[in-house]
Amino acid sequence: MSSASVAELLSRSVASWCSGATGVADAKRLSGGASQETWSFDIMHPGGVIGAILRRAPPGYGAAPGRAAGLDAEAVLMQLAHDAGVPSPKVLHVLQPADDLGTGFIMQRVAGETIPRKILRDDEFAAARPKLAQQCGEILAGIHGLPASGLPQLRRMDAATEISELQQEIDNFGWPRPVFELALRWLRDHDPGPPERVTLVHGDFRHGNLMIGADGVRAVLDWELAHLGDPMEDLGWICVNSWRFGGIDKPVGGFGAYDDLFTGYETASGIKVDPQRVKFWEVMGTLRWGVMCVGMMQRFRIGPDHSMERAMIGRRSSETEIDLLRLLAPRRS
Amino acid sequence: MQDEPRPDELVKAVADFLRNDIAPQISGHAGFKLRVAINALELVTRQLTDTSETTELESLKTLLGDGGLKELNLRLADRIRSGEIDLATPGVQEHLWQATLAKLKVDQPNYAAYKREAEK
Repeated sequence: MSSASVAELLSRSVASWCSGATGVADAKRLSGGASQETWSFDIMHPGGVIGAILRRAPPGYGAAPGRAAGLDAEAVLMQLAHDAGVPSPKVLHVLQPADDLGTGFIMQRVAGETIPRKILRDDEFAAARPKLAQQCGEILAGIHGLPASGLPQLRRMDAATEISELQQEIDNFGWPRPVFELALRWLRDHDPGPPERVTLVHGDFRHGNLMIGADGVRAVLDWELAHLGDPMEDLGWICVNSWRFGGIDKPVGGFGAYDDLFTGYETASGIKVDPQRVKFWEVMGTLRWGVMCVGMMQRFRIGPDHSMERAMIGRRSSETEIDLLRLLAPRRS
Repeated sequence: MQDEPRPDELVKAVADFLRNDIAPQISGHAGFKLRVAINALELVTRQLTDTSETTELESLKTLLGDGGLKELNLRLADRIRSGEIDLATPGVQEHLWQATLAKLKVDQPNYAAYKREAEK
């Protein structure tokens, strides 16, 4: 759909729920595949311009694929998080059939940066960097503390299911992966069993999904992979080396230490972190990202997205293999 | 017999041309895609001159007996899955490290974890 027609539909939509709005301007598509789109636009209002983001599946792309929670669930989660004081964009409107924009929602646009290279290197973020890991711990404590009663319908995940799903995907590769097998074996041997608490898990809490400013984390984005499970999964995922972007000695996102993350979490939640459980999920996350890289290469082969980016991501799976060896079979220096 | 220049020389010449002469003129999304394309050509250049698979095959034969490269890798993967082979099996840890380092040398020689390990 062209920018013009999306802008036209948005103009009509905002008039129905944003009192005083006179139209929209500067509608542009930011990213996303065929089934899910993100648009940025401004709502023109006598009280001042309101920056907004549309996340939607266009008409005809209703159902959420595989692991995704679905856009309706995302909207509910973001609103719950926002109301509970977790940095999260305010949801302005959930799309209705009359909007003719498909399914999805419109949220407040939060200013900031998501590009890891800039967050980890630019002077603008120098003061924020040392505080980010602890802040991430505090935010995760807030997410995991959201009362289960208000949550939308979400899939329930546990370690054993995750391991068997990964094994199945590896079986489908038809290509030998001895290091992935080593990791699967380790995960089976070290499964810590059911967690004491089952909570909401964000599922993709890492660079790219954290809107960061000079003052720290301003918003947690992309709740697409939210589910119910072991809260330590989120702590392990943000420590996966793939999300350190070169800052390999700072395990939390390339900006902080394990202890900073754990202290933030423990202070905010009053719940002690089990570092062994976090390591288990870090290994799981590393393997999962490696499997996803190979999966992208497979989708490149079978199409329809025959892009060289996808092909090249396949050649990043070896990065996770060296990361897995560093975790499971470290060499002396 | 095919004539010279070799494929790796040709691909490298194309990559050099794109990086030095074309990339400075392209910005935005096309610029991003061009960098991915150049990275792909450079990876191909490295793989065309890579000889690590000979060493890897020898190492696999020592561990598992005779066979081809893919066949022996599949056998290794199976035996790790079944638990017949693990990190305590003599030579396995070193084999996995060397095979993985060889992949990174072609795939992502600038990956920080690789650079750290390659120095050891």
